[in-house]
Amino acid sequence: MSENSRAELYQQVILEHHHKPRNFGELTDATHDAEGYNPLCGDHLHIYLHVDDKNMIDKVAFNGDGCAISRASASMMTVALQGKSLEEAQKLFTQFHQLILGHLKPEKDPNHLGKLAIFSGIWQYPSRVKCASLAWHTMKGALEKTKTISTE
Amino acid sequence: MAKAFDVKNIRKDFPNLSITVRGRPLVYLDNAATTMKPQSVIDRLVEYYSHENSNVHRGVHYLSEKATAEFEKAREKVRQFLNAAKLSEIIFTKGTTDSINLVVSSYGRAFLKKGDEIIISAMEHHSNIVPWQILCEEKGTVLKVIPLDETGAYSVSDFKKILSPRTKFVSLVYISNSLGTINPIPEIIKISHSHSIPVLVDGAQTVNHRPVDVQKLDCDFLAFSGHKLFGPTGVGVLYGKADLLNKMPPYQGGGDMIASVTLEKTTYNVLPYKFEAGTPHIAGVIALGTAIDYINTIGFEKIMPYEEELLAYGTKALKKIPHLRMIGTAKNKAAILSFVLPNIHAHDLGTLVDEQGVAIRTGHHCTQPVMKHFCVPATSRASLAFYNTTQDIDRLVESIIKANKIFSKNI
Repeated sequence: MSENSRAELYQQVILEHHHKPRNFGELTDATHDAEGYNPLCGDHLHIYLHVDDKNMIDKVAFNGDGCAISRASASMMTVALQGKSLEEAQKLFTQFHQLILGHLKPEKDPNHLGKLAIFSGIWQYPSRVKCASLAWHTMKGALEKTKTISTE
Repeated sequence: MAKAFDVKNIRKDFPNLSITVRGRPLVYLDNAATTMKPQSVIDRLVEYYSHENSNVHRGVHYLSEKATAEFEKAREKVRQFLNAAKLSEIIFTKGTTDSINLVVSSYGRAFLKKGDEIIISAMEHHSNIVPWQILCEEKGTVLKVIPLDETGAYSVSDFKKILSPRTKFVSLVYISNSLGTINPIPEIIKISHSHSIPVLVDGAQTVNHRPVDVQKLDCDFLAFSGHKLFGPTGVGVLYGKADLLNKMPPYQGGGDMIASVTLEKTTYNVLPYKFEAGTPHIAGVIALGTAIDYINTIGFEKIMPYEEELLAYGTKALKKIPHLRMIGTAKNKAAILSFVLPNIHAHDLGTLVDEQGVAIRTGHHCTQPVMKHFCVPATSRASLAFYNTTQDIDRLVESIIKANKIFSKNI
């Protein structure tokens, strides 16, 4: 792999979301929430969702501590899920999961990832894939009513 | 600094030190995780598998006798290295973790009972916490923990405060893998023995930094790993006093550890074989002997002052980085530098310095209670060996400064 492709992990967008995370905080009227831990890193996220009576996610928030990758991933996930149906959220989870494992190539495979495609190079950093996936696994756990998620 | 210590030539003995990582010469600062191997150790493994491959303590044929002789020669090298009184006190294991588990399973199950207290410290590696917790679950023994001060150390009097008439075992790390703290183990052993309490010393991060004389130290058990001592992975040592080992039941049953087996009753082999069930890592044991030969040719009398200078240089250089906080600032320290930066999580730093070809460890270093004590989720750790140089430390500092620049954009 080239020097350049590796150096792209900490792109502006990721650093920007890390420094100014969107939807950061607690959602007091959450219908679904879960805590996610990465015991290997000590990363810890809490994801809150509000699902309306039409099964649409109308509010998402997160808080917790983690590295830049896990924080930026959580922040960008909250933006991406806003206004999505539960079915769409599930689809996005699958696509994101395939993306970070390097199985989905955003430039040629059909997807709805949008800005999330920025994580496409992370499969080259196997030890960091869990940082990017923590928020997503926690969100899935919240929707499935699992209270504590651990990625290791 | 290099006048008394020819680090340039020493580095030539370690082929892995001369590789290029991400376009730059590797700077390897993860020696507390595992050390590099000298060419002589690598050659010894190849030689065994090329010309001596056979099982030990079994056949009467030439190869088996040769392998057995080399295997037992390595045991003698370890005995001399530790200055153990008897050859039978050296037991080969898979590593430090296996050595500790042996003591917990065998001594702990046989001699510790409900309500008995076992003392560890808050800086133990998980391998010296979890096996004891498993025993406590099973037997109802109680784990007592010596707390740490703000420098990441504890004193003899801190130990005395925990000591009670119920204390029946003490198991402590000599040098902390995540903090570098050197603990007052000799004094603690004296006090423990005055109450007839046996002491296990986790020497995983000790035997590669300083000489350990088990008779002088008078520890009852000492555990260490081959791969942190410039030897192969998958091989380690448990030293134990013969009288204790003799009265302990076997750890695992199988071949080599028996005297005779009938389907009704088995009698066990003598020390050390009683604790060496199954075919061991023969090549690993022999090559561990070669690693010890290698260390002996350099000598701790040269290694220790050199590492001390490196530690002082590294501490000073890191402290110059704005806002960097050292984790583990004990007065008595080995060449391990743990630190955190306020704006960069350790994992991000680890990835960014790796881009510069610098290998450090980031995370909790299998010492989560230490992380909790310092209220940090993880630290970055540069752990040094005698083949490291001041230039390695300069490259580390340079790569941290570069990472800091990337992270201060956009703030």
